[in-house]
Amino acid sequence: MAYERNIGDTLLAVDQISLSFGGVKALSNISFSVNEHEVFAIIGPNGAGKSSMLNCINGFYHPQEGTITFKGKTRRQVRPSEAAREGIARTFQNIALFKGMTTLDNIMTGRNTKMTKGIFWQALRFGPAEKEEMEHRAVVEKVIDFLEIEAIRKTAVGTLPYGLQKRVELGRALAAEPDLLLLDEPMAGMNLEEKQDMCRFILDVNDEFGTTIVLIEHDMGVVMDISDRVVVLDYGKKLAEGTPDQVRTNQTVIDAYLGVAHDDEDE
Amino acid sequence: MLFFIETVISGLMAGVMYSLVALGFVLIFKASGIFNFAQGVFALFAGLALYDFISPDGWFYELFGFVLPAWLGIIATMGVMVIVAWLVEFLVLRHLVNQEPIILFMSTIGLAYFLEGLGDTLFGSDVKPLNLGLPSGAWDYLLDTHNLYVEKLEVVAAVVAAVLVTVLAIFFQKTRIGRALRAVADDHQAALSVGISLRTIWVIVWSVSGFVALVAGIMWGSKSGIQFSLSLIALKALPVLILGGFTSVPGAIVGGLIIGVGEKVAEVYAGPFVGGAIENWFAYMLALVFLLVRPQGLFGEKIIERV
Amino acid sequence: MFYREAGQFKTSYKADQAIFTITQDRFFIGLILIAAFVVVPFFINDYWANAILIHFLVYALAALGLNILTGYCGQVSLGTGGFMAVGAYASYKLVTMFPEMNFILAILLSGGITACVGVFFGLPSLRIKGFYLAVATLAAQFFLVWLFNKVGWFFNYSPTGMIVSPPREVFGFLVTGPEASSAARYLFCLSFVVVFALAAKNIVRGRVGRSWMAIRDMDIAAELIGIRPLEAKLTAFAVSSFYIGVAGALYFNVWLGSAEPTEAFDIFQSFFVLFIVIIGGLGSILGSFLGAAFMVLVPITLKTIMVDGMGFAVGAAKHAEVMLLGSLIIFFLIVEPHGLARLWQILKEKLRRWPFPY
Repeated sequence: MAYERNIGDTLLAVDQISLSFGGVKALSNISFSVNEHEVFAIIGPNGAGKSSMLNCINGFYHPQEGTITFKGKTRRQVRPSEAAREGIARTFQNIALFKGMTTLDNIMTGRNTKMTKGIFWQALRFGPAEKEEMEHRAVVEKVIDFLEIEAIRKTAVGTLPYGLQKRVELGRALAAEPDLLLLDEPMAGMNLEEKQDMCRFILDVNDEFGTTIVLIEHDMGVVMDISDRVVVLDYGKKLAEGTPDQVRTNQTVIDAYLGVAHDDEDE
Repeated sequence: MLFFIETVISGLMAGVMYSLVALGFVLIFKASGIFNFAQGVFALFAGLALYDFISPDGWFYELFGFVLPAWLGIIATMGVMVIVAWLVEFLVLRHLVNQEPIILFMSTIGLAYFLEGLGDTLFGSDVKPLNLGLPSGAWDYLLDTHNLYVEKLEVVAAVVAAVLVTVLAIFFQKTRIGRALRAVADDHQAALSVGISLRTIWVIVWSVSGFVALVAGIMWGSKSGIQFSLSLIALKALPVLILGGFTSVPGAIVGGLIIGVGEKVAEVYAGPFVGGAIENWFAYMLALVFLLVRPQGLFGEKIIERV
Repeated sequence: MFYREAGQFKTSYKADQAIFTITQDRFFIGLILIAAFVVVPFFINDYWANAILIHFLVYALAALGLNILTGYCGQVSLGTGGFMAVGAYASYKLVTMFPEMNFILAILLSGGITACVGVFFGLPSLRIKGFYLAVATLAAQFFLVWLFNKVGWFFNYSPTGMIVSPPREVFGFLVTGPEASSAARYLFCLSFVVVFALAAKNIVRGRVGRSWMAIRDMDIAAELIGIRPLEAKLTAFAVSSFYIGVAGALYFNVWLGSAEPTEAFDIFQSFFVLFIVIIGGLGSILGSFLGAAFMVLVPITLKTIMVDGMGFAVGAAKHAEVMLLGSLIIFFLIVEPHGLARLWQILKEKLRRWPFPY
């Protein structure tokens, strides 16, 4: 059951977004909104356009129609690095870590947008650049602490097992102190224990830092458990939007995706 | 006007020569995803080996007391190139399966250096004239009727290139091996997992490439003798491939022709204003412009990146 | 037994992120620096300076530059020779146009000019990557060499087309020209290299270095977390070209004394520095030094063994060198793509356990 959250006003509003690649229409007139401090889930069968939707929100794909309003600013297209600077962070379905760097360095890159000292200070290091580096290191250490990955700080991420890599990727997104966190199938490929850990982290993030979370997930148990609201996509179209209970009992959704509702096997 | 036509034709002919070399690159790139920097050195090596088989001042003559006739020499050199291809696969490629393209590229630079040193050590570094009985001199018919100077050798090269391209295009599109080659170019591991033998494919491809190198070596060698500068052709091939697309056989031809004509025209018409030798960099500047405007070249495949 | 870290724990992040965290390392590097600055100048002679030490220093600096661009930021460049030429010719023009200018300043300004040229030729990197970028840098390479060959202003209209470095002093000691002592020239280069190496190390372990490595490893992801590719890539080109330009200026002024563009700065120069970076280790400051040492010593060793020792012709030694380099490149790429620097790391790991097997 979702706990009591101090849910605010609309943080992100997606309005009539349509996206095509050549002849293939990935998204058709999708509209929904996400409130501040909320945990919002996007669900649907494979190929429904869920990742494409996230990609539009953070600027990697440019929709042909429709607008996205974030923190009051409306736009259709945005450069990914600008979206990041606006306060949107995300994780990826296929892990997008920097394989040549250590865990610590990877998470430190999450702080890049907040570090300002220029190249000459960097070359000198002694003085302002070092001070800045240490300040941000302290923040990153908090994230490392939170995610319980101290032991692998100096390990090259390419050598880490899948579950830990996902955690490091989450750490990198968190280090940016985002207002909106987009999680693309954060629990894919995990066993029950790892899923529980990840769930706990997501909830803690939302609880402690108030970060608004939008997640794509296939595990219905998780979705129904932790989300405040859900939107269902299928073949690029929106089927339903509402609370988990509303969506669970929606006939169109059941036909397209959930199947015949059995008695609570996954709770 | 006549001068302009002659310049263009001269450029086209030069372009055909470039295309011949570029073809070898396309083959290997299409099939292994590697840009084989050593392709030029292959041409040089093939030319040197051929020369050795058919000339009285080579090792072959020293060892066996006779020289091979031109056609047998070519077959023998082909055999040598197959051996080279097999060795390259065995010693280099096999160990670099699934590495990043940049690593593969740099290994071919190493290969180029090695083969060049080997060629120099075995055969000596002086220029060797290649006399295979190919026609030389101006095409009298054109010279007499239209006052156009066109070298017969270059016409032969153009015809050879046309035939080669047709054969290769058919090979890639229509045959089972051609399909396997394209699969390997895309993803080594995936190709392995559907049962394609990487090793066999690579030996085949590098041998075919060796054959193309041999043809290129023969053409260039007949024109200006077998010499070290042949190995630098690799560098010229890059702009050709940029224009034509790294994976396109017809693109290699078109790209080569464009570069050939462009260079000649620029040199003849703009060269005198800036002291000449524009040919040294014109091709690269043209390629640069293309890269900014249409990076996949005229006929290449567009690469889409997904996250 | 001697290389143990036991008992050395860090109590601050600053200590944890220092360049040399192990006391033995600090001791070792201190020894090297003392030897380099204090001991060597007493024993140095012209042969050692020219054939080995200055040769090494200049190429180490160029390799640092290329490593920053290709090893840390992942942008392939085959234009190193051309950029060294820019540095050399810039320094020549500055020194001949402003004879009163402080020589150190002239060298640094040459680096700055090269940085601007580098940024210009680096602009295509915003749209193209991999080999395609290599072609763009080839364009730079061939164009620049042609430019310095053809345009008389660059070589002060000298009939031979060569540029010659006029004698210049630093702190009262001649460092260029035929009268300069080998010790002075050596120390001059050494100082540049040490300062620049330290600066490079600082940059790559900070924010800028991380953004470069992020671009190298996965540029799409880098952009998605807020790194601006334009800024990062062009900064890499700028810093890299600065280093390579200074290396070129030192190469011409202090080492060669005179130069002519097609010989001194051609495509083979670019390959030479690329080989240093590959063999030494892509993305490693130490690797630039190890690779430079290696590439400088190999030809000399080969020549000594083959020509002086076994009586081969000089040409044969050259061919053998070319073959050896080619095979070594392939060898390293197969066996240890991270080059000598990684081998060194592995050695240190073993040293930590020594004399115990595990």
